[in-house]
Amino acid sequence: MLKSLSIALLTGGMLAMASSAYAANACSTGKTLTDGTLTIATGNPAYYPWVIDDKPEAGKGFEAAVAYALAAKMGFDKGAVKWTRTSFDEAIQPGAKDFDFNMQQFSITEDRDKVVDFSAPYYSSAMAVLVLMKSIEDGLKPELSALKDLKWGAVATTTALPAVMGLIKPASDPLLYDDTANVAEAMKANQIDAALFDLPTALYLSAVVVDGGALLGQFPADRTDKPDQFGAILAEGNPLKECVDAALAEMKADGSLAKIEAEWLQEATGVPLIK
Amino acid sequence: MSEAKLTLTDMQKSFGTQHVLRGINLEIAKGEMVCLIGPSGSGKSTLLRCMNMLEPIDDGIVQLDGLDISEPGLDLEPVRRRIGIVFQSFNLFPHMSAADNVLLAPRRVLGKGTAELQVEAHELFQRFNLADHMHKYPDQLSGGQQQRVAVIRALAMRPEIMLFDEITSALDPELVEEVLDVLRQLRDDGMTMVLATHEMGFARELADRVCFMDGGKIVEEGPPTQMFREPRMDRTKSFLKSVLR
Amino acid sequence: MLALVILVPMAPGWSRVKDSFFNWEIFVRTTPRLLEAFLLDVAIFAWSAPLIAVIGLLIALCRGVRSPSLFPLRMFGAAYVDIFRGVPVILVIYLIGFGIPGLGLPRPWNSPYIWGTVALVLTYSAYVAEILRSGIESIHPSQRSAAICLGLSERDAMRYVILPQAIRRVVPANMNMFIALQKDVALLSVIGPVEILRQAGVFKSLLANFTPYVAAAAIFLALTIPATRYADYLMNRQRNVRS
Repeated sequence: MLKSLSIALLTGGMLAMASSAYAANACSTGKTLTDGTLTIATGNPAYYPWVIDDKPEAGKGFEAAVAYALAAKMGFDKGAVKWTRTSFDEAIQPGAKDFDFNMQQFSITEDRDKVVDFSAPYYSSAMAVLVLMKSIEDGLKPELSALKDLKWGAVATTTALPAVMGLIKPASDPLLYDDTANVAEAMKANQIDAALFDLPTALYLSAVVVDGGALLGQFPADRTDKPDQFGAILAEGNPLKECVDAALAEMKADGSLAKIEAEWLQEATGVPLIK
Repeated sequence: MSEAKLTLTDMQKSFGTQHVLRGINLEIAKGEMVCLIGPSGSGKSTLLRCMNMLEPIDDGIVQLDGLDISEPGLDLEPVRRRIGIVFQSFNLFPHMSAADNVLLAPRRVLGKGTAELQVEAHELFQRFNLADHMHKYPDQLSGGQQQRVAVIRALAMRPEIMLFDEITSALDPELVEEVLDVLRQLRDDGMTMVLATHEMGFARELADRVCFMDGGKIVEEGPPTQMFREPRMDRTKSFLKSVLR
Repeated sequence: MLALVILVPMAPGWSRVKDSFFNWEIFVRTTPRLLEAFLLDVAIFAWSAPLIAVIGLLIALCRGVRSPSLFPLRMFGAAYVDIFRGVPVILVIYLIGFGIPGLGLPRPWNSPYIWGTVALVLTYSAYVAEILRSGIESIHPSQRSAAICLGLSERDAMRYVILPQAIRRVVPANMNMFIALQKDVALLSVIGPVEILRQAGVFKSLLANFTPYVAAAAIFLALTIPATRYADYLMNRQRNVRS
């Protein structure tokens, strides 16, 4: 109820300000915690490849880069951006916030949307192929045709399974598991060659869980049905949302968002697109 | 009757704290029929079960044809083949027909051909008037018939000596005679036999020797005429008085 | 029961429940694939059951050895039964299904089908061993005595006299064990194989509807109800024979 009301208000506000929408500084004036400063939160600590070396001020890493680009579109130069840290859970609790917006790979879900506001998505999670490093060393290439003959594994209840069946169409039936830990275990036991996860999960698994794991490649997000989408979190009803959304829409339109994604999530991670 | 078939020397047996056999000395000659009589709990059954080493003895010697079968570590299987035993409760194998009950051990042990064994078994069944019942299961037979099958089963191993442990005690009175008839036939064949029995009339009729047991000892022994007419020991007298009345 | 049949559809939420659990269209659409997946359950059962019977018997015999020189065998039997009856099946499946292949076995010897089966066989043979042992112990010692006195070896006495009677006596209890096994086969899905329950779960996620689980249950029941009835029948017959 409250939500639909606030959306109605926001929509009304947007229409009223349509003429001045591109004068970004005007949009955000008076809507930030501190006038003239944009306070952005990230995780504590923040991880590769989202923030490199836990130093968001450097603007390196996907989320750090997106944050600065957004700030620029909204009329804040680099010096006007202030970073703060929150835990993941803290950020998605209802209540007042000590940040203007918060970026740490929050998936946009209905449940969360009831207590906080999400910006428009800044990232649609790509599906990535986790394999053992050994397979890559043996000459496995990130090409669709090479994937068919692998033994596949996936978490049964995620969209990874329809993606495997739809995109890859493997020659033998995939093995299915309850959760990512079990898929990882099966890969360690060499019972499966490859598994499909969203990129963040795959990055985590290859770095931390699966010894000798590596990412063979990723499918662009638009190749999969209902990909996981990340949005920045704002306090419920924060009027700044429209400014963030407008800036994001601009970045999508001019290709700068895609460029940042390519730089930090494909080139920096070394996870090529699958041909 | 001079040749000793089975010799027991100072045999001792306890179950826990219960001293059941207190020094049994007994020599059974080839072809002899010995009856053990005495009150319940006097040790008759245990004595029989120790004769074929079904129960290991605590002390003493058991010799079969001069061979010490009570020696620890001796392989008892060949010994037990030579000593047949029939129990009060028949102990037939309920999942096998009468014929299979009889044939099981010969098949496994004697190494004869099945055809030959079947002929022999059939002869035994015929001899004891059970040919019609060969293929019935134990629960389809009367107690007397079951006990006769049990005797045939023991005989099929061609034993040299037969032990009978109160084999008529579990039977209805009208069935006792048919089983005793079997024993008479064996007596005629000259089988060496030891019987624990309550059938005093039968002991008197057929035994070569009667041993009266009490308290784990053989109190008195002798030919039936002497034992039944003029026992020497008081305990024998009072026991016989109580059972012969 | 009748009240249930009449009253439940009158509840306000019935149409919603009906739609998520008893959706005929989804039932028809998913059942063929579920049946196909059920064949995997049946196959795993079919190759596990004989192994369980044989190993259960061996363990039961280990537990029953009398000779002091074979005491270690007796200990082994007891430890085996204690361990595999005490540990949850699911843990054994994880441990053996992932653990042993993880030691570095080459394909196809690291297959989850093989090691999942091993896990089921290890667990269930412990239960079956206990049932068989109780059967062996229920045979009166006089049966053994009679066999031994005929000159049969301990082994032959066990094989021809005691076991045939003992096994017959525990057939109903073992039938129940195997019905439980038929259901526990589904647990192997945690290490990868897509059997009927997993397939139903996939359909559930895909279609956001629980009807595939209902269909899977129906398929299970079609097999386990006759099997249970048959076990009951055997049990009754046994009771009548004994009395």
